[in-house]
Amino acid sequence: MAGTQAGVKRFYTLFAVLALAGVGVLAYLLLKPSTISIPVNVTIQPSDTSGFHGYVKGSKDAPVEITEFADYQCPFCQTFATLQMPTIEDRLINSGRLRWRYRDFPLQQHQFSRLAAHSAACADEQGKYWAQHEQIYQGQSEWAAARDAGPFFRNYARTVGLDLGRYDSCMKSGKYAGRIQASYNEGVQLGVSSTPTLLIGNRLYRGRLDSDAIIKMVDSLAPRR
Amino acid sequence: MIHRMTAAVLSLIGFFISAYLYLYKIGRIGTLACGTGSCETVQQSTWSRFAGVEVALIGLVGYAGLLAVSLVALQPAMTERSWPAKLLALLSGIGVGFTAYLTYLELFVIHAICRWCVGSAVIIISVFMVALLELRRLSRTRSL
Repeated sequence: MAGTQAGVKRFYTLFAVLALAGVGVLAYLLLKPSTISIPVNVTIQPSDTSGFHGYVKGSKDAPVEITEFADYQCPFCQTFATLQMPTIEDRLINSGRLRWRYRDFPLQQHQFSRLAAHSAACADEQGKYWAQHEQIYQGQSEWAAARDAGPFFRNYARTVGLDLGRYDSCMKSGKYAGRIQASYNEGVQLGVSSTPTLLIGNRLYRGRLDSDAIIKMVDSLAPRR
Repeated sequence: MIHRMTAAVLSLIGFFISAYLYLYKIGRIGTLACGTGSCETVQQSTWSRFAGVEVALIGLVGYAGLLAVSLVALQPAMTERSWPAKLLALLSGIGVGFTAYLTYLELFVIHAICRWCVGSAVIIISVFMVALLELRRLSRTRSL
């Protein structure tokens, strides 16, 4: 029966329907818009910034503070975070000589910067900001080229041990969009225009400072005893 | 003929499953539809690559090969030839072996099961079975 002309015709019809259905489903999945996006230029509410001035690492008694304005999708920020920060952390932050403050400065040209910043903010709710921060930077090459970076960030959230239910509802709410925008606006007011930019004292340092330069700077501002 | 048709349809379904998993893996689609919620655990594990290549891509290429052989085997001039059935059995047999290894990893190393992988395992075993049935049919036809 299957070998008859009618049977063969029926087979090729079924095969074509299946092939078209499969292509259709994949095309739909490829073309549908990304699940979550974080809006730009939102109206900043007082509650977005009350008591919040960036993510801080290091002792509150440290003699020197450096504020970093950075963008999760910026390649230089990624290099800085993965290559320079471990040394800075080891030599200066852990020894109590430096306090590091991280501020979001999502650049317009990077489509996932705000989503990444929001993902880290949602991790902060569960006390895992820096772990998520590191995961996002370490994985930049994979999510920056993706059509939807959200699933990558969610996977990092899983890796660092976040409660995914809480994480998902936080991401869907977009509740930190105002805080991210406020951080960006503060950077602009200070004169930040590119990333990474470091604010040390009242001076802005643009471009690629390495850990050696930062150690020398901290040494000059707060000589070792 | 029915065995070759079945192999072609199964290979096509397997091809789409692999394409879906590969598109997810390279970040082209959002989350995976997965009832048990373990698909992402499996797909994001270090075991989702084999010899530096995405396992989903290996599946995609493998099913594309099976599909091509199945369609060639369906051509009128090929229906009584045994080599397409032998090639189908060989390729799907390799697939079954590889699937067994991946299932072992899911069960005993990753401790998570991906439903799409289970679906693919059922498909590759089925292709292997119909290829063997086709070989049996051919040997019977020749012995008559």
